Amino acid sequence: MSEEVVALEDVWVRYGDNTVLQEVTLKICEKDFLGIIGPNGGGKTTLLKVIMGLVQPMRGTARVFGAEPGRSWQRIGYVPQQIMLDRNFPISVRDTVLMGRLGHKTIFKSYGKADLAAAEEALKAVEMCDYRGRQIGKLSGGQLQRVLIARALASRPDLLLLDEPTTGIDIVGQESIYTILSRLKSMITIIIVSHDVGALAVNADKIACVGKKLYYHDSRKLSSGEMEEAYGCPIELIAHGVPHRVLKEHTK
Amino acid sequence: MIDIFQYEFMRNAVAAGILTSVACGIIGVYVVLKRIVFLSDGITHASFGGVGLGYYLHINPVDALLPFSIVSAAAMYTATKLTKAYEDTAIGILLATGMSLGLILVYMTPGYAPDLMSYLFGNILMVPSSDLIMMAGLDILIVLLIMIFYHELLALCFDEEYMRVSGRNSNVYYFLLLCMVAISTVIMVRVTGIILNITLLTIPAIISHQFVSSLKAMLAFSVIQGIIYVLLGLWLSYILNLPSGATIVMIMTTIYGTVMILKNAYDKFIITQAG
Repeated sequence: MSEEVVALEDVWVRYGDNTVLQEVTLKICEKDFLGIIGPNGGGKTTLLKVIMGLVQPMRGTARVFGAEPGRSWQRIGYVPQQIMLDRNFPISVRDTVLMGRLGHKTIFKSYGKADLAAAEEALKAVEMCDYRGRQIGKLSGGQLQRVLIARALASRPDLLLLDEPTTGIDIVGQESIYTILSRLKSMITIIIVSHDVGALAVNADKIACVGKKLYYHDSRKLSSGEMEEAYGCPIELIAHGVPHRVLKEHTK
Repeated sequence: MIDIFQYEFMRNAVAAGILTSVACGIIGVYVVLKRIVFLSDGITHASFGGVGLGYYLHINPVDALLPFSIVSAAAMYTATKLTKAYEDTAIGILLATGMSLGLILVYMTPGYAPDLMSYLFGNILMVPSSDLIMMAGLDILIVLLIMIFYHELLALCFDEEYMRVSGRNSNVYYFLLLCMVAISTVIMVRVTGIILNITLLTIPAIISHQFVSSLKAMLAFSVIQGIIYVLLGLWLSYILNLPSGATIVMIMTTIYGTVMILKNAYDKFIITQAG
């Protein structure tokens, strides 16, 4: 039996009067590669924030690696939405990736040899070693996204969380991100949030859909009724260019 | 030119200019990058309450300024955390409250407040030697704090959320940054004064931001610029017999405006060349 990485039980989250997540129950096991889809404002990012302990559920319990969320930060790597960052910020690729070691370094001390080695290894994993000294504004969107993945990997996580990693990135860049993730999935647990239904249907091993409530069957299958409930309108889960169907054939 | 250094007030003015530029150049970079310019302006303005308190207690207003500016920073921190989305409203209110408190205290103090204007608008020609020692001490404190918490402050300004995900309490470092803004207020007060401080804090940093792409270079370039502008202002105010604080501000604004116009024209030129 593989280790249970994330266990959410009847989790509710509210921002003021607005219920963002409702009755969310989710179990994610070791080495799962879970794609989370859902409409904008459906609570995808909030779900990630609950797992990281940045948002407290008002009801229900959340466990991450068997502990309270926020306790297991050393085992979590996080790739935030790129749009949140200032690309003109005077920081190099190397220093961005080193930030992934922030929680591991001793306060009052600078980064040590182990930190530098971990950062270098992470840069290698995303094939960005040649850009080490470059300021982040001088990278393409896809390259910056790989740097942010390297930052998350530098902490040597067991669980990698990615929030909309392919938004605003060209097709080649998106493909290279999914290539990196497919190399990683045999080693760590991955949860990726995206509104790009098609890409997740192809790349993720399991798919959940969040629209306030969470629809998940520990597989890639979601009924069109569930999708319609989450999105509030009929929606097709189409996997472009793959031989197998993601949706079951409708019986009626 | 050399003969003006015969006067102690002139030597003190040059020393004060350099010491001020070190603190402002460094803290200004973080203020600009973290986008807390209005919040920092709020802290320096509200600190006027400390000047008033100094008059009221008959002590050197600069001595009362340090604890009061830290209190201002704490008040700003608390208010902005409580009001969340409306933090600029809270800053505006606290700014006026601190200044009003200072004015009331000055008013309640019997007699005439002789150099009140110099605390509001700065007067670099009136820095006593005792203040220079305090300014140097506070400069050293700021440099030490920046060296010790360099990576933490970098993470705070670049990606505060990531800092929290990394198990670090970002609020602690945010408050530390606000306290350093408060300290730099004290260092700056003799040069540009409570009202004009914000230009000294922001202009060298924002100009550096246009030209360099690493944080360390930005820090160094801001400090060097600050020294040049302040000394230039001091010299111009001396030969033209103008108020020094305002002259320094006008020089910096002129340079900033010119740099921005030239930079825009250059960027457009590059785009047309490429197209």
